[in-house]
Amino acid sequence: MEYVAAIDQGTSSSRCLVFDLQGRIVSLSQKEHEQIFPRPGWVEHDPREILRNVIEVVHGALDTGGLTVRDLVAVGIANQRETTVVWDPRTGEPVHNAIVWQDTRTDALCRKLGAEHGQDRFRDRCGLPLATYFSGPKVSWLLDSAPGLRRRAEEGELLFGTMDSWLVWNLTGRHVTDVTNASRTMLMNLETLDWDDTLLDAIGVPRAMLPAIQPSSQIYGEAGGSLGGVPIAAALGDQQAALFGQTCFSAGEAKCTYGTGSFLLLNTGNRPVLSGHGLITTVGSKIGEAPATYALEGSIAVTGALVQWFRDKVGLIGSASEVETLARTVDDNGGIYFVPAFSGLFAPHWRGDARGVIAGLTGYVTKGHLARAVLEATAWQTREVVDAMNADSGIAMTSLKADGGMTANNLLMQFLADVLGVPVVRPNVAETVSLGAAYAAGLAVGFWPDVESLRANWHKAAEWVPKMDQAERDRGYRKWKKAVQRTLDWVDDDD
Amino acid sequence: MPKPIQSIERASAILRLLSGRTRRLSLAEVAGELGLPKGTVYGIMRTLLSVGFVEQDPESGKYRIGAALLHLGSSYLDGNELRTRALNWADWLAARTNESVRLGTLHDGHVLLVHHVFRPDNSPQVLEVGSLLPMHATAMGKVLLAYHPYLTEELGNGSLQRFTSCTITDPKLLAIELEQVQEQGWAASLEELIDGETSLAAPIRDRQGVAVGAIAISGPTERLCDDAQPRNELVSYVREGARTISRDLGAVPW
Repeated sequence: MEYVAAIDQGTSSSRCLVFDLQGRIVSLSQKEHEQIFPRPGWVEHDPREILRNVIEVVHGALDTGGLTVRDLVAVGIANQRETTVVWDPRTGEPVHNAIVWQDTRTDALCRKLGAEHGQDRFRDRCGLPLATYFSGPKVSWLLDSAPGLRRRAEEGELLFGTMDSWLVWNLTGRHVTDVTNASRTMLMNLETLDWDDTLLDAIGVPRAMLPAIQPSSQIYGEAGGSLGGVPIAAALGDQQAALFGQTCFSAGEAKCTYGTGSFLLLNTGNRPVLSGHGLITTVGSKIGEAPATYALEGSIAVTGALVQWFRDKVGLIGSASEVETLARTVDDNGGIYFVPAFSGLFAPHWRGDARGVIAGLTGYVTKGHLARAVLEATAWQTREVVDAMNADSGIAMTSLKADGGMTANNLLMQFLADVLGVPVVRPNVAETVSLGAAYAAGLAVGFWPDVESLRANWHKAAEWVPKMDQAERDRGYRKWKKAVQRTLDWVDDDD
Repeated sequence: MPKPIQSIERASAILRLLSGRTRRLSLAEVAGELGLPKGTVYGIMRTLLSVGFVEQDPESGKYRIGAALLHLGSSYLDGNELRTRALNWADWLAARTNESVRLGTLHDGHVLLVHHVFRPDNSPQVLEVGSLLPMHATAMGKVLLAYHPYLTEELGNGSLQRFTSCTITDPKLLAIELEQVQEQGWAASLEELIDGETSLAAPIRDRQGVAVGAIAISGPTERLCDDAQPRNELVSYVREGARTISRDLGAVPW
């Protein structure tokens, strides 16, 4: 038997899943890595720890499944996006910890870049608003963080990469990135799919340090070391991988993945569509020599992370799943709304000056109501991006394909269907990020003949249908919007 | 070292005695087994009752281990937690067998459905999470009964509710089947709840070996059985799924 392995290098852990020809999970292994918080708002990872973990989980998954490296026809990578690594290719050592996508240290830099031109200064070139989320400003900050780094980067002595590049360089020795990851840097032109000199100059990133932009599905090289000989045959940003894993291959198909944050992506076909409603434009995938597929994205920074915060920092629950148990001790949210603007608000607001709010508190409120509001926050935030998506595309969504770990939360999935007013469906493989990376890698080596053959693997595993009446939905949404208003304009210049 | 506290030693002995028995014990039986005066045992038992470590049957007045004690440590598993931990492997089982998958836990003498994966054929199906099923007529129920023998008493001595012509309504016959279930490690419900439908279940165990839930596939008898016997291949998939989830929960492989 032959198999494809997917490496899902995520924000909190690295995982490896092995899939068979029918797209079924054969085995799985995962390992968490340290979240480094040097200051409020700063988030870093150790790239060396991540590399070690990635190799460990690949072997872990092979061992669990009773397989060896020789049973794999290809390995695909899906990775946390925007997280930025700069390293010295002679030593292989990073010059700084990776700066994670959630990190807000480039806030001042982004405001400076937008000063005279506004937040949408580069949107027509790269599809993105100026925000701390994206890699370009992170690279620029990093190069200015210690003397000599910028000069070494200009002379080609340092390399930049997102997590995909870092892993592929270490596994195969090639300095490449895929087009979906490149589309998150603010440095790539959406039309040419190449680095854009105007963007490089404005943001301050030397071209000499950049990887070559490649298709998402293509053999980048063969892995060395303990993975000797296996082709590394795909790389995609995790959310684009999930879009692919949900087999959203045609224009008009959409999915939302519920993890640390949540990301709704809509396939818009072979043309980039610029958003008028706070969404971002991104590359969905590029399979070999076929034209790239574009997507509109609604990015929500904090969803599962709010449940983790509730577990780790508030301590009212012992595990993430217990939030549902606690929430079910009450019948409603007791009138409270929790807007988790922990690092500002992403789509559709893009407000770095927002901070979190629990609105509507009274003496009546119990911990059960709090748990309820924690879950409902994910659903209301989804409602906001679905509304923006409907407005941009001019077509109302008729059902939502959901995936990711939070789909295990039955109360949340039902509430999501209730506030969207459309059915929510979960596919048989909830691990769509890994599945998408496996699909892209398998296509590159001919394990699967074409994308149409993959559609047959998609099956509905669960469906939640709306039960809430329209008046209640409207009243809840009105309150949510009022709560969002109360998060804005919180951060002051001297904070 | 300070002297052990006698009343705690005695309370522990009572708990150990109750947890080792498949049926409830009377005050006299406990006192007799431990060689203690009934008055002493009564005092300790009142305290254990008040903290929920033992439970008393209101009709017979007999005692058994209480839910609060089961919930101590990790032998108690939240149903939502179980769903989360089982998510990938329940999907896996549905994909392998092409049948719908359900996960159940014990709840008030019933099987509570905590997870449901649709049959992977994209046909219209309705999510059944949250519904309660009878213990004696379902494969999951039989598995849970077989691994929690004290529960069989709750089914009583009278005739059990009949759902189909195949439902086992005689508690004595059920007890014989449960012994077999415990021996073989899986259970079947052959059209005992719904005419024409068979289900196959195996126990999910935690690291103490306690059966915290059961996982089952269900479907038409003609797909799940050959000559009125569950197909071996499907039974082994159900058991493998249960073992994998149990391993994730920390159970020692068996």
